[in-house]
Amino acid sequence: MSDTDTRRQAYWRATLRLTGALLLLWAAVSFLPAWFAGELNTVDFMGWPLGFYMAAQGALLVFLAIVWFYAQWMDRLDRRFGVRDDR
Amino acid sequence: MTSLVAFSRRLRRYYLLYSLGFVAFVGLLAVGERFGLTPHWIGQIFLFATIAIYASIGVMSRTSDVSEYYVAGRRVPAVFNGMATAADWMSAASFIGLAGTLYYAGFEGLAFVVGWTGGYVLVAILLAPYLRKFGQFTIPDFLGARYEGHFARVVGVFAGVLASFVYVVAQIYGVGLITSRFIGIEFEIGVFVGLAGVLVCSFLGGMKAVTWTQVAQYVILIVAYLVPVTILSYKITGVPVPQAVYGRVLQELGVKELELFSEPRENAVHAQYRARADEYARKIADLPESLVTERITQVQRVNELRTSGASAREISVAERALRDLPHSPEEARLKWEKVRQDSLARSVNPVAHAEAFPGNDAQSKASARNNFLALAFVLMVGTAALPHILTRYYTTPTVREARHSVFWSLFFISLLYLTAPAYAVLAKWEVYSNLVGSSIATLPHWVASWARTGLVRVEDINGDGILQLAELSINSDAILLLVPEIAGLPYVVSGLVAAGGLAAALSTADGLLLTISHALSHDLYYRMVNPHASTQRRLVITKSQLLVVAVVAAWVASMRPDSILFMVGLAFSIAASAFFPALVLGIFWKRANKWGAVAGMVAGLGVTLFYIARTHTFFGGSMDAAWFDINPISCGVFGVPVGFIVTAVVSLLTPPPSAEVQALVDFVRLPDGEG
Repeated sequence: MSDTDTRRQAYWRATLRLTGALLLLWAAVSFLPAWFAGELNTVDFMGWPLGFYMAAQGALLVFLAIVWFYAQWMDRLDRRFGVRDDR
Repeated sequence: MTSLVAFSRRLRRYYLLYSLGFVAFVGLLAVGERFGLTPHWIGQIFLFATIAIYASIGVMSRTSDVSEYYVAGRRVPAVFNGMATAADWMSAASFIGLAGTLYYAGFEGLAFVVGWTGGYVLVAILLAPYLRKFGQFTIPDFLGARYEGHFARVVGVFAGVLASFVYVVAQIYGVGLITSRFIGIEFEIGVFVGLAGVLVCSFLGGMKAVTWTQVAQYVILIVAYLVPVTILSYKITGVPVPQAVYGRVLQELGVKELELFSEPRENAVHAQYRARADEYARKIADLPESLVTERITQVQRVNELRTSGASAREISVAERALRDLPHSPEEARLKWEKVRQDSLARSVNPVAHAEAFPGNDAQSKASARNNFLALAFVLMVGTAALPHILTRYYTTPTVREARHSVFWSLFFISLLYLTAPAYAVLAKWEVYSNLVGSSIATLPHWVASWARTGLVRVEDINGDGILQLAELSINSDAILLLVPEIAGLPYVVSGLVAAGGLAAALSTADGLLLTISHALSHDLYYRMVNPHASTQRRLVITKSQLLVVAVVAAWVASMRPDSILFMVGLAFSIAASAFFPALVLGIFWKRANKWGAVAGMVAGLGVTLFYIARTHTFFGGSMDAAWFDINPISCGVFGVPVGFIVTAVVSLLTPPPSAEVQALVDFVRLPDGEG
């Protein structure tokens, strides 16, 4: 196995770890607050009942953060493993 | 690289100028209104001016290059692809329907907000970068290459065309609705005006023209969406940032709701509606005799009024009631059942806006919660599987840009989805606090003008001359269009909202039509029937397919199918169960093979369609046959896992894919060139 191959495998493993972690976060944000919405609604968050807020805004902001973070982190991985496609 | 940077800078300048020009245009019309420009003219100028803009962008972007026609030459910068995707994504349903859905459903409607945005996380981390690296023209292209052969490609074409077609019919229907309401032409003609608007963009320039038109359409639609609600927010709270302050209004709305829901007169109205529902239930049970009796009483009433010298108005009302009486027992059954349902719905308080999962007992609460989660899941996975969205990520210059482009897509989409719940809350607050409880004789004049269209109805059932909440009904599609008038804004804002709705419907229709015609001409014709076709011939075929599909879609839309919204909901379940498992496993699991993918796609789609047929009344099913109380709109929640499991099991039982395919998988996983 050549050096490039090991490097590429390491890149893919790093990508998979990041993908898995973000997927877990996505699932948690999408489904947990909705599942507990009744309980969360008893908490006040800047005027909103928290359960309502999470579904109306909170989840969206976390989704945006996930996608932004993914793009940034993958840029770093591309550079570290030398697999950028726009050199 | 440098040429791309320069291109990007030039685009930014063009679109900045364009946006400023558009704002100036709206300002000019506002001044014109001051000087006596009539609403009729404002509506017409808005619609024709915007369609003229789209047409000129379409003509300027005409092309006969295959790569430009299918994927805009793969030089769309991340930010602009984000805007184009946002316009592609936000349909007439998002633009016009979502605020109304949230107005009535409250918390439960938020499943759409979560679902239609969360899907982009899946697009970003599971699909977009890899599809961009694969770098062909369509989604069936990927299925065909990854799963060796035409079988997977054909299943992909079938599911893609099925999902996109119902969706495009809904868009053209929306265009017909807007043009007929705002420029007063007939619905059927409006449909074909809309069709022309779609075709001028896509016909000459394919994906290239559609991309640049969609960016222009995004600017119009987002301005149109934000302006009225910002002004309304300023009027109510003194802060022009509705997204940040509607929480306070929601709190006050909660208090107002408690007050209204326990009001004695409101309860009296409820009782009257319940009595009406019972009366109609009795009449339906006594058909056909009850229809005969009804006719006799009404004829007697008309005669009585005539002989007793009642006013002409009273007589004409009685005559109209007689004329509108159903002609056959079957018609009566349908009509009366509608009235019964409507009265029944008005006989109880609506749900409190912020309440999660309302229900009388633990079981109905759990069922509401399960349906919320299932709907959010299906919409998310469906988003990540709709071909017209995924192909947009073929158009960026690099894999890196594709990843950033998903972020920009979600950013531009969120501007609308963060605002929609604010729309609902602010509009509801205005209606509950200013409209309900006021005297019916002095209602604002927009109530009367919308009552003529039938979208707003006021009925003083208890005859006290005061409007109770249950006596008012507003069509959910009208909520958004009403907000400018509720806020007392000049007509130019209503015209702007109509132009925004038109932009939303046209941009989505464009993207969908391209997807369908590309699937037919590229995947079926070029890849399977005639692989040696010349470039010239391929484009001619594509363009003629586009024309045929567009005309068929407009024809179906002009028949005003009732079940259109239900079918749009289905598009997500169909796409989710047919594509998502095959696409994701194709990238992340090398062992997935042809047989597994085909079996998984067919099984997933089969389960989904089976569940709909079993539970939806449209196909003669009933919710009694439902699994876990899941509504038919969320049927993909069963199809997706079945698709994954079947793909995995069948793949493991059959030989692994060839070395070539394994190399292809390695190729798409890495951003740089070599495989």
